[in-house]
Amino acid sequence: MSKLVSLSQAVQQYVHDGDMIYAAGFTHMIPFAAGHEIIRQKRRNLVLARATPDLIYDQMVAAGCASKVIFSYMGNPGVGSLRIVRAELEAGRLEWEEYSHFGMISRLQAGATGLPFMPMNPTAAGDLEHANPNYRTVTDPYTGQPVVVVPALKPDVAIVHVQRADADGNAQIWGIIGEQKEAAFAAKHVILTAEEIVDEAIIRSDPNRTLIPGFIVDAVCHVPYCSHPSYTQGYYDRDNDFYMEWDKISSSPEATQAYLDEWVYGVKDRDEYWQKLGSKTHKRLKVSKNLSSPVDYGKY
Amino acid sequence: MPELTYTSSELLTINAARLLRDGDTVFVGVGLPNLACNLARHTHAPNLMMIYEAGVIGAQPARLPLSIGDPTLVSGALSVCSMYDIFAFYLQRGNVDVGFMGGAQIDRFGNINATVIGDYQHPKVRLPGSGGSMEIAAWANRCYLLTPHQKRRFPEKLDFRTSAGFLGGRGERQAAGLRGGGMLAVVTDLGVMEPDENGELVLTALHPGASAEQARTNTGWDLKVASDLKTTPAPSAEELRILREELDPQGIYLKGGA
Repeated sequence: MSKLVSLSQAVQQYVHDGDMIYAAGFTHMIPFAAGHEIIRQKRRNLVLARATPDLIYDQMVAAGCASKVIFSYMGNPGVGSLRIVRAELEAGRLEWEEYSHFGMISRLQAGATGLPFMPMNPTAAGDLEHANPNYRTVTDPYTGQPVVVVPALKPDVAIVHVQRADADGNAQIWGIIGEQKEAAFAAKHVILTAEEIVDEAIIRSDPNRTLIPGFIVDAVCHVPYCSHPSYTQGYYDRDNDFYMEWDKISSSPEATQAYLDEWVYGVKDRDEYWQKLGSKTHKRLKVSKNLSSPVDYGKY
Repeated sequence: MPELTYTSSELLTINAARLLRDGDTVFVGVGLPNLACNLARHTHAPNLMMIYEAGVIGAQPARLPLSIGDPTLVSGALSVCSMYDIFAFYLQRGNVDVGFMGGAQIDRFGNINATVIGDYQHPKVRLPGSGGSMEIAAWANRCYLLTPHQKRRFPEKLDFRTSAGFLGGRGERQAAGLRGGGMLAVVTDLGVMEPDENGELVLTALHPGASAEQARTNTGWDLKVASDLKTTPAPSAEELRILREELDPQGIYLKGGA
């Protein structure tokens, strides 16, 4: 059964005020278009969970969508500070809950596999475990040694961008696969955005590449260039220039508001945003082909 | 031959590269550690196995990655896995030899603060936080840290202990049962500090032209100086050529100070 809808419809149907959202992707395939659509639809009091909030959550926090962030590394990757989230935390205007990467990802792993919590070996540093009561230490029943545990994370909605999916939501991803699969399985609802919607036969031609099965997906949205200024492996490059530019934009509330007015509120959807970026940017982000050797599944 | 000139970033990167051994599996950070690993790969450690916390194993980046998740890390890599897998199968399981650490503050026992300046609940300066630091510091066999030698970076007491060095001393780390060897060298623009038998960082080497007094003045605790204080070999023309011409031709990381 086709689950194809517009991104605007998907957000309208599945993202509600107060929800916990997990927009997945470690640097790669961050679903910026979905973040922008949530901003346009003026969702409020969201709990924004991501290992790396990245620019997408900086923009959503700037737009007033969030009451809390859950994270493990709050920086502008490769550039420096994530200025808006940082300023809100320092001013005490935004709640936060913090983990190490492994703690954060272990929470998702527990959520995705239906476990109540996930154990980890102790790291002994101590202070983050004191600051966040969700970190607990229990005794390994087999050795008597201490084990650190974190509870399952179960977002209301996971938003996952992929290279290709069929209309049912069977989705294939390659390149850095971060925590996309875990976020999808952990969440109550899954919104999938895809660079390409392909025939089911394409998916079936390479089943090992399918990380997300359609039956856990609620909505499938065809959104080419959804990740910009993040990237989609093999489709377009990361816009490092914009990541550096955001460092300047986000240092001024006026410039940030002007950016949102022009690039989020000022466009109807991702297609209009991409056209507005212009041919020079399109050319700069173009990548040349580098095909893998085909594998032979055999005919049985 | 005229004397070679170099920036403090180049000095840090070259001395960090020399700490790597051929065949090491190294958990690479972006910026100078990435340059150091690639420099080592081009010089004395051609079999260096570079893995990135984004889940990339055996990367051979064709260009300088700005972020830890750059697509150039993937193209031509040996393997790509999930974040859970890289932290669990690789790091927690004990398959990582070297971790390069960053952080705003380091104390005398090599413990790191990457979280906050001031009170945690009411931060004066909110830093990015642990990322992979907490686990790398605990579980990599050897940890190294690169930083400019500044008093505010080497305080008597950390505002927050994000990642474990030797905790309150070598014995405390051992008692905690952490599998990794802890902070084995801190490379600064003045020299190198290494832990003594108690796990306390002492000045063991100076770069050419730097003095022990300079290092002591720029350290927040009473820095001990090793009796057999060494001088690091100056960056060679070849090391500088590889860095400048092959690895960072635009000088994104190397131009200024660190």
